[in-house]
This record gives sequence, C-alpha cells and structure tokens, in this order.
Amino acid sequence: MTLDPIRKAEQEHFRTLLMPTPFHPRLAPLVETQSWYGWAGMLVAHSVFDEELEYFAIRSTAALFDISPMIKYRITGPDAERCLNRLTVRDVSKQKVGRVQYTAWCDDEGHVLDDGTLFRLGAADFRLCCQERHLPWLLDTARGMDVAIREETQEIAGLALQGPTSFAVLSKAGFDGVEALRPFQLAEFDHDGGKVMISRTGFTGDLGYELFVPATAALSLWDRLWEAGRLHGLNAIGYNALNRARIEAGFIVANGDFVTAETALRADRVRMPDEIGLDWLVDVDKVQFNGRSAILAARKNGTLKHVLVGLEIDDNTPAEAAIVYHGNKREVGLISAAIWSPTAKRNIAIASLERPYGSEILDDLWVEIYALRELKYHKMMKRARVVERPFVKLARRSANPPARF
Amino acid sequence: MSFDAIIIGGGHNGLTAAATLAKAGRKVLLLEAADTVGGGASTVEFAPGFRTSGLAHIINRLDPDVVKAIGLDTSGFEATAMPTAILSETSEAIVLRGAYGESIDGVGKEEAAAFAALRKKLLFHAGLLRRFMKKPPPELGNTSLKDLAAHAATGLKLLSQGREEARDVLRMLLMNVADISDEFLTDDRLKGLLAFDATLGLHLGPRSPTSLMGLYYRLTGEALGASGGQFLPRGGMGAVAQAFAEAATAAGATIRTASPVRRIIANRGLAGGVELEDGEILMASTILSAIHPRTTFHHLVDPADTQTGLSRAIGHIRSNGDVAKLNLALDKVPQFQGLSEADHKGRLVIARSMNHVETAFNPSKYGEYSPDPVMEITLPSLSDPKLADTGCTLSAMVQFAPYALREGWESGKPKFLEIVLDGLERHAPGLRASVEHAELLTPADIETRYRMPGGHWSHGEMQPDQLLFNRPVHAAAGYSTPLEGLYLASAGSHPGGGISGLPGLLSARHILAGGSR
Repeated sequence: MTLDPIRKAEQEHFRTLLMPTPFHPRLAPLVETQSWYGWAGMLVAHSVFDEELEYFAIRSTAALFDISPMIKYRITGPDAERCLNRLTVRDVSKQKVGRVQYTAWCDDEGHVLDDGTLFRLGAADFRLCCQERHLPWLLDTARGMDVAIREETQEIAGLALQGPTSFAVLSKAGFDGVEALRPFQLAEFDHDGGKVMISRTGFTGDLGYELFVPATAALSLWDRLWEAGRLHGLNAIGYNALNRARIEAGFIVANGDFVTAETALRADRVRMPDEIGLDWLVDVDKVQFNGRSAILAARKNGTLKHVLVGLEIDDNTPAEAAIVYHGNKREVGLISAAIWSPTAKRNIAIASLERPYGSEILDDLWVEIYALRELKYHKMMKRARVVERPFVKLARRSANPPARF
Repeated sequence: MSFDAIIIGGGHNGLTAAATLAKAGRKVLLLEAADTVGGGASTVEFAPGFRTSGLAHIINRLDPDVVKAIGLDTSGFEATAMPTAILSETSEAIVLRGAYGESIDGVGKEEAAAFAALRKKLLFHAGLLRRFMKKPPPELGNTSLKDLAAHAATGLKLLSQGREEARDVLRMLLMNVADISDEFLTDDRLKGLLAFDATLGLHLGPRSPTSLMGLYYRLTGEALGASGGQFLPRGGMGAVAQAFAEAATAAGATIRTASPVRRIIANRGLAGGVELEDGEILMASTILSAIHPRTTFHHLVDPADTQTGLSRAIGHIRSNGDVAKLNLALDKVPQFQGLSEADHKGRLVIARSMNHVETAFNPSKYGEYSPDPVMEITLPSLSDPKLADTGCTLSAMVQFAPYALREGWESGKPKFLEIVLDGLERHAPGLRASVEHAELLTPADIETRYRMPGGHWSHGEMQPDQLLFNRPVHAAAGYSTPLEGLYLASAGSHPGGGISGLPGLLSARHILAGGSR
C-alpha cells in the first residue's frame, strides 16, 4: 500500500498516546495539580488548581473549560436535514438556522447510541457534537442521500465559558452583539481574521457560552478571553468542577450515567430514551427515524425496564456508586453520579432504577453508602427521595438580555 | 380501482403470493417490470428457431403444497423424470436413475451399495430439514406453542431412526460434502457429482465448511412425487411461469407487465403504496415485494423511511453469483462420449472428481473464472422438439464464474466462453463445429437481464448465516419487515432459492394470518 503524504505524516501518531489539545500551550502552565487524563484520545485535566474553587468559579464568576476533545461532525448537503431526521429522535425540520438542539440517537432497536448537541449553521449545514465516535453509523445513515459527513474534532477547537460573568467577559472581549444570543442560539463573530462560532449553550445549568474556532485560531481566542476576564474572576477549570455543576443541572453523561448501545457488552445494559430520562426528546409525530417503532412498541407493550431519576438523599455524604434499595431489602438500582451540592445545599444523585421503582413506586427508597474513612468503611443506610431535575435552577441562565454581574 | 395488496415482481414467487392472496379474497395487483412474467423462469428464443429456458432450466423442487394451494395446472409443462449422468472423457458415464440414483449404472456392486446407504441417510436427513422449509422460519426468543409442537414432532421423527441416526444428523449438518463423500464412497466420479450438486449456485468449494448443506437443500426438493426427482419442463421454464400466471389470474389477481416500480411510498414507518416509473401512483395497505431484498430496501424504499441498522444489514447480504448460463444453438444433436442415446435426455454433469470441483472453485475466491469449469448440461429440444425448429438446443449451468471478475467480464467473457466450449468439445467431439449460435450469460448479464443483484438466482447466498431467521437479514426474516405493511416474498426470504414457490406461499399465508411481526 502506498501512503499519501497526509497518512505518511500521521504514521507516528501512536507514539503520542494522548494528543495535546489546541489550548495546551496556555492551559499546561496553569495546571498546578498535574491531574491529566485522557478524553477521547486528548490530554485534559481533572482539575487546574483547586477543584473546590474551580466549582465556585462556575457558580460565582466565570470558568473556562477546554471542550476541544468533544467529538464533532460536520453534516452538509441538500439532504442534511433528512439525514439527521433519520438519525436523531427530534424533529430537525423544526430547528431553525442559528439554533442548537439537545438531542439523542438510537439504533434500530431504540437503544440510545449517544446524546449530543446539534448546531444548525445553515439550511444545509450542521455540526453534531457528542461523547462517542459514530462515523460509520453516520455514513450508513447517509446512504442514498445527497449529504457529506466528516469528522472535524481535531480541526475545530472548543471552549466553554460558563458562569455569571461569562457574558461580561465576552462583552469586554469585544464580541459585539453577543447580548442578542438567547439560550440555544448561535452566531458567528469576527476573530483573528476569521470567525468564531459562539452559542449560548453549556453543561453547567448556568449562564454560559460555547465557542468554536479553527484550531489555528485557538490560542489567540484563549488570549482574548483571558485578557478580558482578568477583572471578571475568570478561571481555567478541569472536568471535576464541571462535573459537579452538571450534576446540579441534572445533565447526564454518556457512558457515565448510561451505557451507549455500541459500547455495551452485556445485553441488559442498553437503554431506550425513556429509560434515561430522554423521553421528552422523542418526537413520534415526525418522519421515520431510527428506533421509532421499537420505542413506540416498548411504550405500548409496557416493556421499558429502567428509569433514570434524580434523588435527594438524607444528610451530607455523597452516595457515589451506591446501591439503591426498596424497603431496606430489595435492590432496585444504582447511583451513577452523586455530590453534596454547594448551591442547592442538598445531597443529590442521579440514579438508574428498575421499574416500577422510580416510576410508580417512589416511597421507601434507601441508598447504601460506603464512605471510606481512613481505611475503614462507614456503612450507612440513608433515606432517598425521587425529586425533579434540575436540582439547581438559575434564573440567570435564561435571562434576556443576559446580566452583566 | 383500488387493491388490498400490491405485489412487486412477477417471478414465480410473486405469482404464487398473488394467487394465494387472491384465492383468499384479497384484491391483488401484481406489477412486473419486464414485458412478460416469470423472472428467472422464462423461455427465450436466443437464436432464430432456438428456444430454451432463460435461466433456471430444471424442475427439481416445485413444491406440491404450492401446486395444491394455488391450483397450479402442471399438465402444460410436466414431463417424465430424467436421469443424471456423470460424463467422462475416458470411460462410460455413470448414470443415476430414478430420484437421485435409486439405481445406479456404471459402478461396481460395492460402490452402488455404498452410494445407496449414503443416499438413504441424506434423504432421511433432508426429510427432517424439509419440515423447516414448509413453514415460516422459527423466531428466536419468541417461540410459539405451534412452533414448539412442530419442533417436538421433528425431534420425534429424528429419534424414529434411533439415537445413532439422530446424532449423525447433528454431526453432519454443518460438515462439508468432501468429508462425507470420502466417508462413504470410493469412486471419485460419484464424489465429483455430489460435490457439484452441493456447491451449484453457492460460493463454496466442496471442502468449504457447511458445503454439505447445499446437497441437503437440493434433496429437500421433490419432483414427480419423489425426493431428489427432476425433469425438464416441456416448453421450457416459460411454460411453468405461464402456468403460475394462469393460476394467479384464475384466482382473480390482476397482472400488469411492463410496469416497473420506481419507489415504495411510506410514511412514518408505514408502507402504503407504490409509484411506477411513469409516475402513476397506486395505493394499497399491503405491499409485498417479491424481488431481491437489496433492490427492495436500497432502491425502492426511500432511505429516510427505513432504519440505518436494517439498510446496513441489507448492504451486507452476500449475493454475488458464481454461475454462468450457457445457451447453444447446435445444427445437430451432440454425441457425448460414453453416454447412451436415451441418456442424452438426462442431466449431464461434467465434474470428474472432488478435486476437479474444488480446483474449479479456487480461482473464484480471487475474482477469476475457472480455467477448467464444472457444469450441468441439458439438451431441452431432445425431450421437447418444439424448442428447436432444426438442430438442437443446449442449456448449461457453468461454474465457477464470479460476478466480480477481476479483469471485468467485457474482456473475460469471450475467453471464458472459449474455455467452456473447449470443455464441452472434449466430452462431445465435433460439438464446437456444430455451434450456430452461442450465448453466455455471466452473473453480470444475469443481474441486468433478470434484475437480480449480483446475478445470484437465490437472491443471496444459501449459507447458514443467511438462512432461516437470518434470511435475508434478521430484522426482515419471516416476511414482515420493520416497515409496517411491507412484506418480502422472493427467494431472498426463507426457505430460499430454486423454483419452489415456497417463499411466495409462506409469505402470503403469513399476511393472511395477520402478518404481525
């Protein structure tokens, strides 16, 4: 086999097990904790200087989080909308240009392959962002349609700017017109001789934005925001702080709170949208889409087995990975994410329960917490109540125009 | 005019389904793209004054249940049983008489007895398998009481010959034909015949795992009341298609030829009609597609109307044919060596040995045709003189001729034809000189002429991964498809290929029984 120059240049890729992100030169000197880990093959940080303070940057000032490793696909062509309508459970024909949709997609059996955000950049131009890679599935979904699909994860760098002063930072940075962005709206702005796409979206439940630029313009964007954020409490943060905020917001993480259908090894681990709290996404009135008949059949036949719920647990010990019981005896589920919420001042968790527990039977639920304290488990049985998500609802998230703080 | 059911494809399966549904009182419209019905069952005048079966040429599995269910009048084409002769360049032919060699000429007493023992065993096993051919494929994880009862009956039948025989069924089921032949036989010519019959129409050599299944499948068929029986239809296969069409018409079905379908109309997972190439739109609550499943799902159904997993699976159906069809117009009856004049009316097989079939197969794995192919020859005009105004017609199935020939069939075909004619000449000296016209249909030609993707007459390889509840693919097995209201009924569905009518019959019965998944 002869290699084209691009492939030849990439031949040594395996020597770098985790690839630096486009922001690495700026982020690396800040990461005092050196708590690096891999996200989709890229090098990112669990924390930057102090997890606790980073969390409060999100909720009290502004936080900058590198989302470059998020998998990004560009879907273009006359049939892009048709293709995405076949792929996803929401009605893409109702999504206007310049809007962002939180969505999910399933296999033929109605099991969720992933969730993600769909950006409509033009009538026939979309960007799909998600946790897992899906190119073969996307290409097969596009079979017979006039649409081009390519992965642009590496060529597009992404930043999440989240927190009450995030709008002030953008404004200070000179992104005029950003005040007009309503939640789930996007627009392009001039930057460094090119464009940056800014959307009012995020994974924190707070006022916040996500910015996408060509990787070549990554550093200049970072510098522009960093400079503007100096007097607005802007901090770089790692994933742990973001994770706390997203639990408070009630957001789920693929392969954290549910197992995606393509990665599940065990037959009973797959989940339908209704089993992970995404039933509200499924638009049964739209045109045919992957998983439609299976989801409808499961609803009709009452064969949905699981339900994803928010739990509030007595006292203040986070119930991470705890087993959920009914009546102190019967195992009915597992907690996939749990924290003491500093903002809600509640002990909260996201759990997957076996129906009818969590769907019809809501009382007498308990969680078994094993808290490791200096090489000894403190075993606790705590009362849990099913509560609404989000656990934390902030008016500033959707206020128009956004407040400056 | 409105219809309850629209059937796409007027092959014998579509016609069977049309007749079955119409007999049950449904208003049926059958749409055929070509000018005549029949599909792969046709009679063509390939040279002036010379007619022959276009593709399929032997009746060996026309199902008696189908004949009865649709009231098929077989009197117009039925003929007498024909023997199978294994040709040899150097010795007398071996001739299997009766249904798959009830008696056998040309081998010693001992070998004849060994063949009889093997034949008995294979026919018993095939009899068990036939039970699965006559009803819809079993459903995995959703076994009905009826299924259970049927399986229990099969189990009892299996045990009726003793536990040892039952074990042997399970032992042999997925074996290759070479090992089984070696176990029972010593005469390599007989082994060659079994190897040929097991692999005809499959992308397998006799030593490929599971190749015995092809022989089992052949023996699940019956003709003239006998398992393994065979005859050449009078008037060619077109006469058979005509009888099917008459049965459908008599049952009240409407047949429209020259009416190619452009697309299947569906909305929100529900099929409800078809649009023809000329733009005409016809609606019906039941759409039954009796054409290749890949054509159905990749060309007629809008991709937006199906799910990704299904269309991906459909794309993975292995459906590349390996058989070429040869039609020769001869100015006189050829004389095959070592064969009596009467036996020239039989099925003549050129397969010298097990190794001959295996080595003929090998090149096809690499996209090349056999330099020394194996073949099945008939002389249809000998039994039915009306097929040739003068001289004689010769119809042969030649393998292996891979659909995706690496050098391309444009340049490959003339070379392969030379090879085939040379092979015939060696067995029938003087044949080449008497050829007035030769027509060789490669799988690529068969694909174009008969609208069969890959030129595969079974609409998909008949190997274990594409049988029963995986035929054509798991999600569309058992005739219902994930597109509600759309059903399948071609050879691509259970039980599979050959002129049996069973996929059409079983699919129609499934619809009449409610058609649920």
